Amino acid sequence: MDGMGNMKDMPAGHVMNHESWWHHAIHWVTDAFTSPTSIFSPQATPAHTVFGLSMLVLAITLAIFLTVSGLLLYAIIRFRHRASDRGEPTQVYGSKQIEVLWTVIPILILVVLFLSTIRVISVTEMAKKPANALDVVVIGHQYWWEYRYPASGVVTANELHIPTSDPKAPTPTYMTMSSADVDHSFWVPNLAGKMDLIPNKVNVMWMDPRNSGLYLGQCAQYCGMEHAKMLIRVYVDTPTDFAKWIEHQKTAAAEDPQTAEGRVAFEHTACVNCHTVRGTAAQGKFGPDLTHLASRDTLASGVIKNNPQNLRQWLDDPDSIKRGSLMPKMNLSSKELDAITAYLASLR
Amino acid sequence: MSAHTAVLKQSTDEWKLPDKGKVGMICLIVAEAAIFIIFVLAYIFYLGKSLSGPTPAEVLQLPILGTVCLLSSSITIHFAVTSLERNAARLSTFWLALTVLLGGIFLADTAREWHELIYEHGLTIRTNLFGTTFYSLVGLHASHVVVGLCLLTLALLFGVAGKLNSSHAHRLGVLSYYWHFVDAVWVVVFLVVYVLGR
Amino acid sequence: MIPSPTAADLPLDAPPPYPKKLWLDAVNEWFTTVDHKRIGMLYIGYALFFLVIAGLEAAIMRIQLAVPNNHFVSPAVFNRMFTMHGTTMVFFVGMPILFGFGNYLVPLMIGARDMAFPRLNAFSFWISAFGGLLLYFSFVGGDGLYGAGTAPDVGWFAYAPLTAKLFSPGHSTDYWILGVFLSGIGSVGTALNIVTTIVCMRCKGMTMGKMPLLPWLYLVTSAMVFIAVGPLTAAQMMLGIDRFLGAHFFDVQAGGSAVLWMHFFWIFGHPEVYILVLPAFAFANEIIPVFSRKPIFGYSAMVGATVLIGFISLGVWAHHMFTVGLGPAGNSFFTLATMIISVPTGIKIFNWLATLWGGRIRFATPMIFSLAFLFQFLIAGLTGIMLSAAPFDWQLGNSYFVVAHFHFVLVGAILYMIFAAFYYWYPKMFGRMLSETLGKWHFWLFTIGFHLTFDFMHIPGILGMPRRIYTYEADRGWGMWNMIESIGMIFQAAAILIFVWNLIRSYRQGKEAGPDPWDAWTLEWSTASPPPHYNFAEEPVVHSRRPMWDLKHPEAPDSNYE
Repeated sequence: MDGMGNMKDMPAGHVMNHESWWHHAIHWVTDAFTSPTSIFSPQATPAHTVFGLSMLVLAITLAIFLTVSGLLLYAIIRFRHRASDRGEPTQVYGSKQIEVLWTVIPILILVVLFLSTIRVISVTEMAKKPANALDVVVIGHQYWWEYRYPASGVVTANELHIPTSDPKAPTPTYMTMSSADVDHSFWVPNLAGKMDLIPNKVNVMWMDPRNSGLYLGQCAQYCGMEHAKMLIRVYVDTPTDFAKWIEHQKTAAAEDPQTAEGRVAFEHTACVNCHTVRGTAAQGKFGPDLTHLASRDTLASGVIKNNPQNLRQWLDDPDSIKRGSLMPKMNLSSKELDAITAYLASLR
Repeated sequence: MSAHTAVLKQSTDEWKLPDKGKVGMICLIVAEAAIFIIFVLAYIFYLGKSLSGPTPAEVLQLPILGTVCLLSSSITIHFAVTSLERNAARLSTFWLALTVLLGGIFLADTAREWHELIYEHGLTIRTNLFGTTFYSLVGLHASHVVVGLCLLTLALLFGVAGKLNSSHAHRLGVLSYYWHFVDAVWVVVFLVVYVLGR
Repeated sequence: MIPSPTAADLPLDAPPPYPKKLWLDAVNEWFTTVDHKRIGMLYIGYALFFLVIAGLEAAIMRIQLAVPNNHFVSPAVFNRMFTMHGTTMVFFVGMPILFGFGNYLVPLMIGARDMAFPRLNAFSFWISAFGGLLLYFSFVGGDGLYGAGTAPDVGWFAYAPLTAKLFSPGHSTDYWILGVFLSGIGSVGTALNIVTTIVCMRCKGMTMGKMPLLPWLYLVTSAMVFIAVGPLTAAQMMLGIDRFLGAHFFDVQAGGSAVLWMHFFWIFGHPEVYILVLPAFAFANEIIPVFSRKPIFGYSAMVGATVLIGFISLGVWAHHMFTVGLGPAGNSFFTLATMIISVPTGIKIFNWLATLWGGRIRFATPMIFSLAFLFQFLIAGLTGIMLSAAPFDWQLGNSYFVVAHFHFVLVGAILYMIFAAFYYWYPKMFGRMLSETLGKWHFWLFTIGFHLTFDFMHIPGILGMPRRIYTYEADRGWGMWNMIESIGMIFQAAAILIFVWNLIRSYRQGKEAGPDPWDAWTLEWSTASPPPHYNFAEEPVVHSRRPMWDLKHPEAPDSNYE
């Protein structure tokens, strides 16, 4: 299922509302049943295998629930006190045979559950990595995602591009993950279970999406003030599109003479201490790589649409969009803002 | 049923239950042991993982004097308890004094060792993982020794003032359980830090 | 002036006349009491107060989450709300209220006149109380109330390295460390008292096999406290040493490990939830038999299952860490251990079912809460089994599915049995019955609210909603479910108000209870309501698990059949 969601043109909190109120209400209900992040809409093998296990577990627990609650309900109705009752009922103290019965049966059920679970653990965690797998290094930051492609030297942020994987000739994406600061967790429910990003530790997970499209997710381990806004966007491209994207991302930053003023302003402000723009003097590593910023759909890790107005507002006052973001207010003049915005908007 | 009615008056055979003081102290020991085990686990986990600075092998020496004294003090406090049970209060006071002395020597030895580690080897709690886990674990133990010594000194003072007799043997016994625990922890710390860890 | 009556003026068994008390005397009495019954009530009253406060914190969160991208509170305030809500509910509502009931009931049920160490008992209460006050002082200390002050905002499990001075400057984390640390000392003190009392002060004839199930469960709970609270205390000491002395226990820059904190915390955290639930089972073990008019089915199996749960619960902790990267061996081991613990837990549910079976069930308020407990605990256990399968947890973990699961346990099971315990033992504590009418209103309003909030909460978890987020995107389809959950909160709040009103009103106007209003069978019902200061005029002597049943049915005492 495709995960295209409603995009907001304005900073968080303002929803574009062209619809009448009852259209809105209907959407509110239908949206509740068509979520783009459901764990029951698997689009890749890890999510599929977990989905299979979850159906088995749900079936077993549902059967147990119906049986036991059925018995409870029956007991409550059948054995309720009636006005005609006299004295106390027969006092029963226990029964060894019954105890054994309802110890052994649950153990048998558990054996089935456990063996099924082991099988899924080995399929996901002990899968053999194919030679054609794509390697991506994911580094979690407060509150953005860094993506590095070691094979091609590409570095980008917040919007992950990966190719589809054909089951007949698999090209899954293997993600090696860690964190630069506190604990985070990468969760795109349609594609796989979540895996934590922990400083000083390296975790590995893999995904092999079958269909191209945009898949949504977000950070799933509390990491500070703006944990809620550390959104994930995974763009699954066809192999051809993906190759094109990689080639484009490998190039150095665009140099448009019309935005030279902005480029100069950018290089003379503290921006360069945190950000990298390949091919320029900006080589900072603390913040996201901006070399191809204008090729991204969103800013601030999926929070706002990437357009010049939003970009300008972000540069002017990051806290107004994502309070607690570690990008400081740069106190730029209006002229500087215009220039730098134009420059960054040219970095396709 | 009216109030104050006792239930079933026939008396049963002699009804003897364990001693409150000893049971209570054992509970406390279990709880304290849980805390120590975590510090020991942290110590073991971080062995060899320091990124810099002095290593255990470089700076640690077996604290023979302190260990012998502390472990002997378990024997002396045992005699203090048994002699008080026989109402030999002056003998008990003597054994108590010896226990306090031996415990004091242990603390002094620890202090000397730490002084050397800090000023000659530059190892503090913030130097590296070894420093952090070493001082925390040994320090936690030492703090328990201090508390034990305070209580033992109190008992000693009562003994010196001639106020002890066999009716106090029970309480001294409960205190001795604590002191034996402190010694047992030292055995573990000694093995983990000074033998295994080096 | 009318002279006060003398002993000669009064009937023979009336209590002696005392001069009228100044309110200062009354306050002084409560502050200096070492009576287990008074201390028990102090714990319970304290916990009820914090229940309301933590409930308000939850209400604030539910209002913020009712619609996507809401601005009811800022992210900073929201993050402090979920941290304080969790910390308060576990350490300053759950633990005190369960220890409060334990304090009150254990000596009475074993025929003792007080706890083994009454002064330690008082000390344990006051130090935990101080811990709670210190934690809440954080709202006003430092920056004052604006933006919720310096209240902790690191989550109730305070993962490293978010709690390092680098990422949590200021003192919010320090308040968390100190407040919880002090409450831990109080818990260990009370547990020590409970174990010593049960082991050393049972009345004549009450061998361990003739002890009612409530003290048995409190015994196991207290043993677990000794083993489980230590790791948390140790971890907090380590965190404090890191923050104040520059040490490196959890300093990832110096090679420290974030995962080590998780291990230490959950080695505490998992047994802790069993520490919270076993007393709820204890109440069920007393209440369900009385209102079914049958003894508990399978006493020995219940004891055995409890001890087994106690042991196994010490070995399942990393099921809270399935997404951390433990590796297939670790994930498999903890899946197995967690699944195994469902066996003794299931045995308990089946034994309660068998107790009801063939009985003559009366639907007084304590019993309807207990019946709801059975259904809700069953569901909680089943969602727990779902989460125990590590791969399923890779999707469901850290999502609202988990929040729904543990609220089913904490509210649906534990709080329901606490309510049942109130309705059952309030007559013993105050000599008056709580109103059945208000009790039924309380039950139905709360149950409707509970299910609106927590049944539907499973769904956003399945639809990908992680926990601890102050808001969420409109395009995820979570809006409608969150709105339903927030509406449920209103019902629960109304029910709590009715409950508190019932408690207050019945103190003066409740029907007089007498010593044994429920026709029950354990020793606490053999003395007055409220019991005199010394509990029993003469030490009781027992021959079976239900001494009062033996007295009421001399033709068929339990001692013939046990």
